[in-house]
Amino acid sequence: MGIYLPIAEISVNIFVLLAMGAAVGFLSGMFGVGGGFLITPLLIFYNIPPAIAVATGANQVIASSFSGALSHVKRGTLDFKLGGVLLAGGIVGSTGGIFVFGFLRRLGQLDLFISLLYVVLLGTVGGLMLVESVNALRATRSGAAPVLKKSGQHNWIHRLPLKMRFRASKLFVSVIPVLGLGAGIGFLSSIMGVGGGFIMVPALIYLLKVPTNVVIGTSLFQIIFTSAYTTLVHATTNQTVDVMLAFLLMAGGVAGAQYGAKAGQRLRGEQLRALLALLVLAVAIRLAIDLFVTPPNLYSLSGVDPT
Amino acid sequence: MAGLRAFLAVASLSLLAASSPGKAQTPVTENIQIGLSTDHVSITAGFSGADLTIFGSLENADPLVARQGRYDIIVVLEGPARPVVVRRKDRVLGIWINLESETFENVPVSYSVATTRPLQDVTDPNSYKQLSLGAANIYMQPADDGDSPATIQEFTAALRERKTATGLYSENVGGVQFLSQNLFRATVRLAPNVPVGTHKARAFLFKSGLFIKESSAQLEIRKSGFEQSIFRVAHDYSFLYGVFAVSLAMLTGWLGRLVFRKD
Repeated sequence: MGIYLPIAEISVNIFVLLAMGAAVGFLSGMFGVGGGFLITPLLIFYNIPPAIAVATGANQVIASSFSGALSHVKRGTLDFKLGGVLLAGGIVGSTGGIFVFGFLRRLGQLDLFISLLYVVLLGTVGGLMLVESVNALRATRSGAAPVLKKSGQHNWIHRLPLKMRFRASKLFVSVIPVLGLGAGIGFLSSIMGVGGGFIMVPALIYLLKVPTNVVIGTSLFQIIFTSAYTTLVHATTNQTVDVMLAFLLMAGGVAGAQYGAKAGQRLRGEQLRALLALLVLAVAIRLAIDLFVTPPNLYSLSGVDPT
Repeated sequence: MAGLRAFLAVASLSLLAASSPGKAQTPVTENIQIGLSTDHVSITAGFSGADLTIFGSLENADPLVARQGRYDIIVVLEGPARPVVVRRKDRVLGIWINLESETFENVPVSYSVATTRPLQDVTDPNSYKQLSLGAANIYMQPADDGDSPATIQEFTAALRERKTATGLYSENVGGVQFLSQNLFRATVRLAPNVPVGTHKARAFLFKSGLFIKESSAQLEIRKSGFEQSIFRVAHDYSFLYGVFAVSLAMLTGWLGRLVFRKD
């Protein structure tokens, strides 16, 4: 069944989009990620213009992170103060990102930049995760006890000034890296249409040493607002948010997430991480191939933006 | 679904009204008329392209010439003109990157042609050029005159090729048919991605390869339906639209969790 997307201005198959949303929802439920980093490339593979895929991806991320964050609020595993500081940085980063987005679009280099960012970031994160999880798998197989990280270990980040106390996270740390991290994620959110959980979670754990149990809730909290802000700004400045498209993806995603979460409980942590790493790498490789393969049409047309 | 209902009728009924007294004094000049009974066409969201029929009349036709089939008619439906950037990808370090680009002012977004016979059989290339008729002869003004003619030519050709490939520029040979000596019907193609806006229908009359007369009419193409309302809201009330998109996402997330918890 075909449906016409009002903003993307193309006809697509409604079931393909629902299935796409469900598949990504399943994976996001299984791995505890927002899924924006999968949705946006999938939409681009499905011939949705990248600018619309990015803005709509950000819109879709709100739904999954909102429902995830709600359960963390219930369990009390959400540090509002830390989330708030991250968010302040996120707004700044996102604003900058939108500006860069519009600039690249006028230059005609937006598609390339989005693809490059995806290849580099997904390739790096996927590669690191794969190495880490394979090592962990090997360690458990050989029966060696996993090396425990000593708490209270400090790195250069903890020597920065402007310290602030985050009670829920049992953390006393400078606001500079927190704001910086938020800004970086906000920037990526507006350019790549991702929530940024796949960078935020490891950064909070390894760089800021936030306890693992509050990391996901806090990251989801900040992602809701950063992607809501990104969606709003994309809607007002670029008119690239397609609610019809976003809604179909969300509807599929919400359904898929339930089954994904159940499936995820049956797998062990390292196995999950190894699978996610493979998935992330596969997306990166697919995007990288597109950069190098001779395109069917060397010439492309685009309208001239009034700005 | 193509809710296309354009009744385009003959405006002039003076087919044979040119009475004999006038004939004796001045040499007869043929005249061509096209008339549209409606000034707008609404297409719905599921629009997947359609044929648009335009009726027209040929006045003061010489019966002898008509019998020999030496009258030719070319009908053009031209979309609104907009500036266009054409970009060319080139390989840099193995990666395909948009490098060169050329901006053209006032390129018709769509250009559908219907003819009685293949274009090359109607008249000579020079006449087409003078009339700036046919997709190959539309003059495309580059925004930057400083570029070399070869570059401009290359990008103009690419622009036409892309437009033809996406169906926006089309040619329907045999799309104009004479229903009688004085009445003709032209069928022009509307591409699925036909742009909204004011389109101009023009009919050119040729007699034995010579251009005689031109007639034109305007047609407004609008999109209608639910999807179009969304598009309009997204552009006219973009902030409220953004707020709506965010609220919808949060509502869906919240509902999803309700469903999840019942499980």
